[in-house]
Amino acid sequence: MIRAAAAILRKDLTIEMRTKESVPAMTLFSVTVYVLFHFGLDRDTLDGELASGVLWVTLLLATVIGVSRLFATEREQGGIDALLLAPVDRTALFVAKAAALFLYLVLLEVVAVPVFGLLLLGPDLLAALPELLVILVLADIGLAAVGALVAALAVETRARELVVPLLLLPLVVPLLIGAASASEPLLREGAEPEDLGRFLALLAGYDLVFLLIALAVFDFLLDD
Amino acid sequence: MYSKGFKPLAVATVLSILAAFALVFFYAPNDADQGFIQKIFYVHVPMAIVALFGFVAGGIMAIKHLRTGEASWDMRSYVAIHLSIILGTAVLVTGAIWAKASWGHWWVWDEPVLVSFLIVFLLYCVYYPLRYSIEDPERQARYSSVFAIAAGAFVPINFTAVRLAESVTHPRVLSQTGGSLPGDMRLTFLISLLAMTLLFVTLWKLELTSKHASMQLKRLRRRLELRAEERGAATPARSPV
Amino acid sequence: MPALPLEEAGKYVAGAYVVFLTLILVYVAIMGAKISRIEREVTELLELEEREAR
Repeated sequence: MIRAAAAILRKDLTIEMRTKESVPAMTLFSVTVYVLFHFGLDRDTLDGELASGVLWVTLLLATVIGVSRLFATEREQGGIDALLLAPVDRTALFVAKAAALFLYLVLLEVVAVPVFGLLLLGPDLLAALPELLVILVLADIGLAAVGALVAALAVETRARELVVPLLLLPLVVPLLIGAASASEPLLREGAEPEDLGRFLALLAGYDLVFLLIALAVFDFLLDD
Repeated sequence: MYSKGFKPLAVATVLSILAAFALVFFYAPNDADQGFIQKIFYVHVPMAIVALFGFVAGGIMAIKHLRTGEASWDMRSYVAIHLSIILGTAVLVTGAIWAKASWGHWWVWDEPVLVSFLIVFLLYCVYYPLRYSIEDPERQARYSSVFAIAAGAFVPINFTAVRLAESVTHPRVLSQTGGSLPGDMRLTFLISLLAMTLLFVTLWKLELTSKHASMQLKRLRRRLELRAEERGAATPARSPV
Repeated sequence: MPALPLEEAGKYVAGAYVVFLTLILVYVAIMGAKISRIEREVTELLELEEREAR
């Protein structure tokens, strides 16, 4: 199973390296949204709640792009049929797709979070970084699980570009609550250590529940 | 048959709704701080509870559908979610009315239950575009079931998360809906909840019966038309003899 | 917030219960439309069948 998942993942990453369709688009989109927020809010620097909210909403919107492209190559080249003709475990497919999305998100954040620090964030990003990294990783796991599930649900629908954002965004509200509330004290001017345990527990619980659900129901998606 | 036991159920529904109305307006006392406004509670909260249970029940029926592969369970799950969305609309409207009357605004963000309800409602609204943009009936049922399961599990997570977020910014002394109700108010509330539950089950059965009837009719029509065609094709072949 | 006087509160409470009743009435109307469609279908099928039998 792991070998099959690794093979699919490798194929996806090779295609992404060659075509550069998802990650650059997500990154470019995030930076554009920062510019929009700069003018929309008419603020040069942000801190605290506003900074945390802008950062997370931007990352979630960029995730929508990644999710709607997640099965793009399979769809365009009839690859789902080819993939499923070969006896590939559906679980392996889910693991591969979620891992690909996780990597895309990490790559996006490697660029988009420092750019946020440069363009909009008032307080120093470096001071917040260690804790912020934990939050980012926990959020990415959840986003990868939910994203892969939503991508698979939407892949057979006619109104795909409509269903992905409408389905994904309400589903990630608990994740946004956890991530934004946990980041808020870190991005405050003169941040003091604060107890983040509750929100990290929320994020971890969310990750766990959606990973389990996705693994349980993925078998019923993507056939024929 | 979906309509089995429908008559006693309908009678019980009507009686319990009448009883609930009578209790709300003639028996339950006016609330000490909210006064008469609090009567909205007896229609708003039961609707919200029944709608949420309807969503979760839709998820459980969807699990049954994926386990057994029977299309009827998908139909049950669909109707439960459909009715819950209709109730949900009324929950949001009555919630807004209550908020306006007791806080002076049509919408308040510091009422975690109402906010959670809005998020759940927004998610479930996507059930229709998802379901109806898949043409193949078998696949439509399967994908809808997967959605119903994921969304059903999302309901409790979402409520926990929103409550967690609110408890930081707005420490609440006592929630509007929970807490301990005095005996006569609790009785009224429980009867209202029972009435709403019975109403939900009645409408669910009614909708299923009607859907099933139209489906059977469609099959009957197809069969009759097929037979007419066969006859039409057979007659000219026989005529020369 | 102090409790609203009865005549003020009455409007809101009436509003909320009217929403509930409207919901049921609209539902009954929709069911009525569905049943009349089923009735029409049955009549049509019966005619079809009678023509067949002749």
